[in-house]
Amino acid sequence: MRSVLPILTVVAAIVVLWYAAAVAMNAKWAQDQAGRAGIELSFGELVADTWSQDRPRLPAPHQVVAELWKSTGALALQGKAMSKRSLIFHGWITLSATLLGFVFGTGAGILLAVGIVHDRAMDMSVMPWAIASQTIPILAIAPMIIVVLNSVGIQGLFPKAIISAYLSFFPVVVGMVKGLRSPNAQELDLLRTYHASAAATFWKLRLPASMPYLFTALKIGMAASLVGAIVGELPTGAIRGLGARMLTGSYYGQTIQIWSALLAAAILAAALVGIIGMIERIMLRRMGMEA
Amino acid sequence: MIWVLFAIAVWALGYWLNHWLANGPLRNTRAVVLAVPAIFGLTVIVVWEGLVRGLEVPGVILPPPSAIALRFATSLDILWIDFVQTFVKGALSGYAIGCGSAFVIAVLIDRSPFLQRGLLPVGNFIAALPIVGTAPILVMWFGFDWQSKAAVVVAMVFFPMLVNTVQGLADTNRMQRDLMATWSASYWQTLIKLRLPAAMPAVFNGLKIATTLALIGAIVAEFFGSPIKGMGFRISTEVGKLGLDMVWAEITVAALAGSAFYGVVAVIEKGVTFWHPSQRGRAK
Repeated sequence: MRSVLPILTVVAAIVVLWYAAAVAMNAKWAQDQAGRAGIELSFGELVADTWSQDRPRLPAPHQVVAELWKSTGALALQGKAMSKRSLIFHGWITLSATLLGFVFGTGAGILLAVGIVHDRAMDMSVMPWAIASQTIPILAIAPMIIVVLNSVGIQGLFPKAIISAYLSFFPVVVGMVKGLRSPNAQELDLLRTYHASAAATFWKLRLPASMPYLFTALKIGMAASLVGAIVGELPTGAIRGLGARMLTGSYYGQTIQIWSALLAAAILAAALVGIIGMIERIMLRRMGMEA
Repeated sequence: MIWVLFAIAVWALGYWLNHWLANGPLRNTRAVVLAVPAIFGLTVIVVWEGLVRGLEVPGVILPPPSAIALRFATSLDILWIDFVQTFVKGALSGYAIGCGSAFVIAVLIDRSPFLQRGLLPVGNFIAALPIVGTAPILVMWFGFDWQSKAAVVVAMVFFPMLVNTVQGLADTNRMQRDLMATWSASYWQTLIKLRLPAAMPAVFNGLKIATTLALIGAIVAEFFGSPIKGMGFRISTEVGKLGLDMVWAEITVAALAGSAFYGVVAVIEKGVTFWHPSQRGRAK
């Protein structure tokens, strides 16, 4: 709790910097408008104008928050939470692809990790590639997956989920292998003295011991999944989803719309990672490991 | 059909060979450790080729590796132009600016425990956000050329680097700091002789994470607008034209560039942090 004040200070500093940057970046447009209308702006008017433009180069924080509220809470109150203009709707599109991909990606990743730990040949053949794949910008294949699947008639949720799955797959494999190997020689020897089978060793020792590693990997994988789903919405000119909101925003110069979509994506990411962190804390405490 | 059988046969052969090598008497020699993943990779490529030919998968869905290699070899000039535009101009310059400024700022805020306690959680939080989403905004601000790509890269690498450097600078123990104090070392002497060297493993961890992020940032930013060159631009336009062999060739370039970039940083790390247990263990 003693870090609340410092965090608030840093956040406040960021907001102040943001407002200052908004003045600096939007001033030229405000001056131009005033010049054309033949008025001289006082400093106060200039600041007020830079913080309330329709299409600012950098919208002020309150404009973004207002837009976010207008497209989520306000619409929800009118009972139109799922209308095309609502970020709840677009967020849900992105979220469903993220979650579907995340479940597939982590499931496959855990299975592969179990295989790697138990089969030496698999370990030696696959593991170097899994590690090397982390240095590759996998995201670059996103447009291709979308378009190829589109050309064979699969579109919508599924192609985005594949990208999400692919992005969350490798972090989980690497983290889970590390976790399943984390029991030390003493612990493994103890189970050997009990004449425990490989399955028993797995369920009673390796799997519980891997949990902290698994959760760390899940957090990374979740963040990667969301990025994958957002980027997956870009190339086909999709009209639904947070990525599509950003893209249409950038086509039409609707900066406030881009920023509010970005803020929504950030809130979504924070919430998802936060939920995993919460499950982690509860689960590890129940298992007797303090996180 | 004959190609499919061929693919299955190669898969079986590769499987058997790797099992034999991995469980055989030579399994801990360097040659086998390198050979097994190589055999696996080759097998995957041959099976891919065999299945694509055997099942007559159209090239607009999945081109065979041979077509990709051919395209790669015949369009080296285009690939080189794209590589320079995206990697050298966009990713590398952004990487240098982002990591450099994050390092300097980390050293500065390290003097204030208050700022540290505030910035670490915020930095960790921001590092987990989908920063790629700032790409359309930054493209709008800095134009279509490489400057906007470099800006996206800066935004992506800054916080992971900052967090790692701050943690690294905290990575000395009481005894070490007390020792410096008994020699009445000044702040700067302690920083340069003790804390910066001790921070290097964490700093290089940040630098390695940033290599991948830099390439991703540079490529994805090009999806939002680019001059008529660049890896991300080529990927998105060739996908539109269904020239998938070219897309795969670009992806090969991206993979090679990403691994080489990471490799270079890892080699430098080995030279700088030769004293660290993780490096000493591997030396023999």
